[in-house]
Amino acid sequence: MLFNENQTMLKKLTVFTVVMFAFGFALVPIYQKICEVTGVNDFMRPEAVKNTQVDKSRTIKVEFDANTRNLPWNFKPEFTSINVHPGELTTVVYEVSNTTARDMTGQAIPSYGPTQAAEHFKKLECFCFAKQTFLANEKRLMPVVFIVDPELPKDINTITLSYSFFEMPGGVPAVNTAPAGKLDTPKTSAAPLAPSAS
Amino acid sequence: MASVPQDHGHDHAHDHDHHPTGLMRYLTTTNHKDIGSMYMWFSFVMFISGGIMALLIRAELFQPGLQILQPERFNQLTTLHGIVMIFGAIMPAFVGFANWMLPLQLGAPDMAFARMNNWSFWLLPPAAILLIGSFFVPGGAAAGGWTLYPPLSIQAGMGMDMMIFAVHIMGASSIMGSINIITTILNLRAPGMTMMKMPMFAWTWLITAFLLIATMPVLAGAVTMLLTDRHFGTTFFNAAGGGDPVMFQHIFWFFGHPEVYIIALPAFGVVSQIIPTFSRKPLFGYASMVYATASIAILSFIVWAHHMYTTGLPVAGQLYFMYATMLIAVPTAAKIFNWLATMWRGSITLETPMLFCLGFLFLFTMGGFTGLVLSLTPVDIQLHDTYYVVAHFHYVMVAGALFSAFAAVYYWGPKWTGWMYEEKHGKIHFWWSLIAFNVTFFPQHFLGLAGMPRRIPDYNMQFTEWNQVSSIGAFAFGTAQLYFIWIVIRMIRGKSGIRAAAKPWDGAEGLEWTVPSPAPYHTFETPPIVK
Repeated sequence: MLFNENQTMLKKLTVFTVVMFAFGFALVPIYQKICEVTGVNDFMRPEAVKNTQVDKSRTIKVEFDANTRNLPWNFKPEFTSINVHPGELTTVVYEVSNTTARDMTGQAIPSYGPTQAAEHFKKLECFCFAKQTFLANEKRLMPVVFIVDPELPKDINTITLSYSFFEMPGGVPAVNTAPAGKLDTPKTSAAPLAPSAS
Repeated sequence: MASVPQDHGHDHAHDHDHHPTGLMRYLTTTNHKDIGSMYMWFSFVMFISGGIMALLIRAELFQPGLQILQPERFNQLTTLHGIVMIFGAIMPAFVGFANWMLPLQLGAPDMAFARMNNWSFWLLPPAAILLIGSFFVPGGAAAGGWTLYPPLSIQAGMGMDMMIFAVHIMGASSIMGSINIITTILNLRAPGMTMMKMPMFAWTWLITAFLLIATMPVLAGAVTMLLTDRHFGTTFFNAAGGGDPVMFQHIFWFFGHPEVYIIALPAFGVVSQIIPTFSRKPLFGYASMVYATASIAILSFIVWAHHMYTTGLPVAGQLYFMYATMLIAVPTAAKIFNWLATMWRGSITLETPMLFCLGFLFLFTMGGFTGLVLSLTPVDIQLHDTYYVVAHFHYVMVAGALFSAFAAVYYWGPKWTGWMYEEKHGKIHFWWSLIAFNVTFFPQHFLGLAGMPRRIPDYNMQFTEWNQVSSIGAFAFGTAQLYFIWIVIRMIRGKSGIRAAAKPWDGAEGLEWTVPSPAPYHTFETPPIVK
């Protein structure tokens, strides 16, 4: 009798353990859904910017960083840093070239330093809003259009914007199709500003 | 502890007392007392290993600048000190107490799954070898902190893989141990022992075991994701790939915060046994203790992000986690007040176990108060990753869990060994530990408030004096623990010359005191009847 009761308990508790192991993995989509619903970490879509006054009294240094991960592309900003005033509409251009002899699709993701600057750095247009497909040896100039929000905390004088380009698996889809989830892209995503064949 | 029940067991002429001898006895044993003793010895070895790491850290921090350690080695030591002390020292110690005492307290002949009990123990030494061995592989041990945060844990060398496997193994061991404990408590109680008649230690362990099987698998999932991120091209946590390193922190602390109570609740159980004994009064508010323990356990699942106030949580989230965290102080305070009320007008005597419980009460409450300070988001943002946090969790982990483990050894040791310990030495050990502990950790509050960051091998000159005080205290505390093991070995060898009675403490209650001391190899083969 007791033996059976113990075995039943063992089975129940083992099932519970396995369910909790699965729950650990289920936290991944749950987390992404919560971020999506609450709009946290959502730097992958164009932001609406009300017409803002340019605050000439402040100058913010914006530094640009570009790197790739497991992706044999050349990826670099036109300038490593520029000075802007809060509220000023600015365009910077990144040069991207596929150095391989095959067509590849990549995705860039932005990150900011300091972290608090992220929500005050409003991108209106960015190549990071969509997957980018490059033909073999193709080279393009790609723009980022942004405004630094005048609400930026007073103690932040330098913002670093860093992009990492990584390869999207799954071959070469049509140009500018977006992956699911938070990399979702609106239709207005950036097209190449000045395509130039290499 | 381990060998004596065997030697003196023969005095009691148990005909059926057959088991292999020597190493094979311990490799193959399914006896809860053998396994309990092995857990405790393992825990002590890990405690000393983690302690040596701590002393190397404190030696480096004795002066600003780098003296004896390179920063890489220092980071490895802080990382492994945390993991070894939590998973290697504190948790196995309390599993050891559970193995030894739960069957005795519940009137059961052994644990429910005796063979699995053997496995749960023997998984631990390989994990320990992986952890300690990782210091000697190329690149050294994991160095990104015991919390294993990416991106560092993804970029680290093979020491991190060894750490991940060790966590897997120790997690499996904990889960098996917990299943065993739950089944033992729910199915093997003596006739008449209803749930609400169980000793408090059994209650706290029942709830702890549920916490363990709810959270250990989640940690196993998190480190599995780290492993696949490292070697199999997934990008759960790698931002360059669509992952999110902050997500690791959420998953980790879903385990990590309940883990705090996995460590603390069995300690509460021990204290709830000892304070009534030496106050010669029953535990005040038994039912409220049970409900408080359960409330703490449930609340522990919904406060995890208070470890993450600086990750950029939305303000609403910060407010929620702040208030939820402060709420935990309510059931915890209920327990503290119940212990105080138990002592109120009791006939208190101050034997060593009681001294350690009083030390626990005082210092754990202080650690709880600094915890309340840290729960306040704006304060925490200032104090995050400073020595104030280090002081806080050492007050609850060392003065909380470790002091109650010492109390348990002095309280139940006579039952295990058949000999009393030497009271004078026990008391010296207590006062030595109490003073050295406070000399070590109290100044760390000042260092943290002044802004000294944790996990850094060097510091600004202004922090020198309090760091030197802290280092001196740490070496004194470490020495006290060598004195402790000397006391325990003398107890095992019967140096006090005083044989322990079946019930060596006149105020003690419970079935464990109805069997002789030392407890025979087999007990309660016929269940006792509890009225």
